[in-house]
Amino acid sequence: MVTQSGMTVPTGQVRSGKPVGARDTRGYRVFTVLNTVTLVVVSLVTLYPFVTVLAQSFSDPGAIKAGMVSFWPVGFNLETYRAVAQDQMFWTSYRNTVVYTLVGTTIAMVLTTTFAFVISKKHLRGRGVLIGIAVFTMFFNGGLVPNYVLISSLGLKNTMWAVVLPGAVSVFNLLVMKSFFENLPAEVEEAAQIDGLGWFGILGRIVVPLSKAVIATMVLFYAVAYWNDWFAAFLYLDRNDLFPVTLFMRNLIAGASTSASEGAAAVGSTTQAVSANIQSVTMILILIPIVCVYPFVQRYFVSGVMLGSVKG
Amino acid sequence: MSAISDRASAPAAVVDRPPTGGAGQGPPAASSSGRRRRGPAGQGSGRRSWRMTLRRDWQLYALAVVPVIFLVIFRYVPMLGNVIAFRQFRPGGSIFGEKWVGMRYVEMFIHDPTFWKVFTNTVILGGLTLVVCFPLPIVLALLLNEVRKKAFKRTIQSISYLPHFLSLVIVAGMVMQLLSLQGTVNQIIEGLGGEGIPFLQRAEWFRTVYVGSEVWQTVGWGTILYLAALTTVDASLYEAARIDGANRWRQTWHVTVPGIRPTMITLLILNIGTFLNVGFEKVLLLYNPLTYSTADVISTYLYRVGLVSNNLSYAAAIGLFQACIGLAMVLSANFISRRVVGASLW
Repeated sequence: MVTQSGMTVPTGQVRSGKPVGARDTRGYRVFTVLNTVTLVVVSLVTLYPFVTVLAQSFSDPGAIKAGMVSFWPVGFNLETYRAVAQDQMFWTSYRNTVVYTLVGTTIAMVLTTTFAFVISKKHLRGRGVLIGIAVFTMFFNGGLVPNYVLISSLGLKNTMWAVVLPGAVSVFNLLVMKSFFENLPAEVEEAAQIDGLGWFGILGRIVVPLSKAVIATMVLFYAVAYWNDWFAAFLYLDRNDLFPVTLFMRNLIAGASTSASEGAAAVGSTTQAVSANIQSVTMILILIPIVCVYPFVQRYFVSGVMLGSVKG
Repeated sequence: MSAISDRASAPAAVVDRPPTGGAGQGPPAASSSGRRRRGPAGQGSGRRSWRMTLRRDWQLYALAVVPVIFLVIFRYVPMLGNVIAFRQFRPGGSIFGEKWVGMRYVEMFIHDPTFWKVFTNTVILGGLTLVVCFPLPIVLALLLNEVRKKAFKRTIQSISYLPHFLSLVIVAGMVMQLLSLQGTVNQIIEGLGGEGIPFLQRAEWFRTVYVGSEVWQTVGWGTILYLAALTTVDASLYEAARIDGANRWRQTWHVTVPGIRPTMITLLILNIGTFLNVGFEKVLLLYNPLTYSTADVISTYLYRVGLVSNNLSYAAAIGLFQACIGLAMVLSANFISRRVVGASLW
């Protein structure tokens, strides 16, 4: 999709390596120091909100209220973790999030992989039309109200499907997968065809096993999107036993932004603790799975996005 | 990182190899016969070649059926559903409305002062976001590109990507905690002898808060595409520039920046297209009636009109207007960039 001008063949030499025989000018050495300092400051600023939330989650509500907590817990306290852990609503919504993420990611992966496989076949008649159908939705979408009307009239309100189905094909992910499939060696597929394998077999037995890296990336992208989504649930679900944990969290902060008492009341069973404390604990518990998975999948999504970027 | 990126982009370099015959990737046997049938004289035999195509590729079409049905139902039906902007809509009735009312709802929002208020807010907020959040990833990527210690570079990257993976609910929660009267920002202000500011209750602070949180969440991740583009810049260009006596700064300006220009243009066009959709969900999470005067944007307004007050046709008219402007802006940005700099999305 993106015009290819400028995307030349990589020569493998990345510029960050010190050029042979070149000597740094003094100006450049000064720059290097400033650059390092800037980048360290940027990272610290990026990390700070995580640190302060973590500190607050372990702090005494009184200390938070007094404005004493910044990056270290004050008045170490595990009571709030215990209180949130005993909150039935919290666990119900946490379980809902897990279910929505698993089901949604599975559906999304099946649809995206099959469709990307089809539109990666350059010889296919009608391929342009199929690509066009998908790409057009990137630039023009139905909008909030028609989507709402559609989901309501399909009878999906207050079901898991209202949360899971609408996000099931991301065109961006689709295009990343398509360009990955296009770059698989055609010879392998041709050999499989000579052996009498149909397209179903090629997809299932050849292409999928060869595409583990891109599949891992896409699973991560979809899973994170489902894990983090709150808005679909906010729109389409009224029963709080169906809420994902993000919506549970949203109701906590929405209460707190108008009045702290309302925020505490929203949790019901944990009224005695201060809402900032509860919020921090809830945030940490939502974050844990993402932060745990993140280091392992990072290298996949870097290569996945880079691949997509070359083709758009 | 370079090993990974090389692996990722090396095959990509051959993406646009010239097509090797119409059926080059099909089954060898079928493709050769297909080519014979579709030879120069075979143009009239469209039906027969379709039969060939189906026999060879029916499994591919079968695989496409479910995704296409999905796209039609969940993407194209809502697009058509926008006709309720011109029709009377009865809850529980047809999703395409009951009867034509012409431009009634369009006229309604054109004469609605609140609409123009939120329109202005949207343009300002979207403009600020674009002006601040578009260049920063480029700067950060260029700075990262100058880092020689691989481990340091990788660490900074890992940290800066992380906010991208957070739910907006969490981001909103963090913003509220940092900016609350007990939060860090007010701790600093009070430490310096100032008076605490309830930022989220003050309309004049909303834009700063919004753009600031947007910078925090998007800038790190925004570098990833530029860093990918940077690995494809031909190293011999740097050598040539050095021989010509260019210092590091000149090399960056004359080799690196042109190397990532296509990426910059692509992202600029995409950003311009989504300009009016400014972080609907984030505004919805962060605003409150006290800050409506600067925070209320088109999408939050139509959300309240349509789904809270149940004025669906009116909200659909506003939404359609917004979507059309968005499409028009992508098309014109694309057109202008093709004319002016010779690069475009399509």
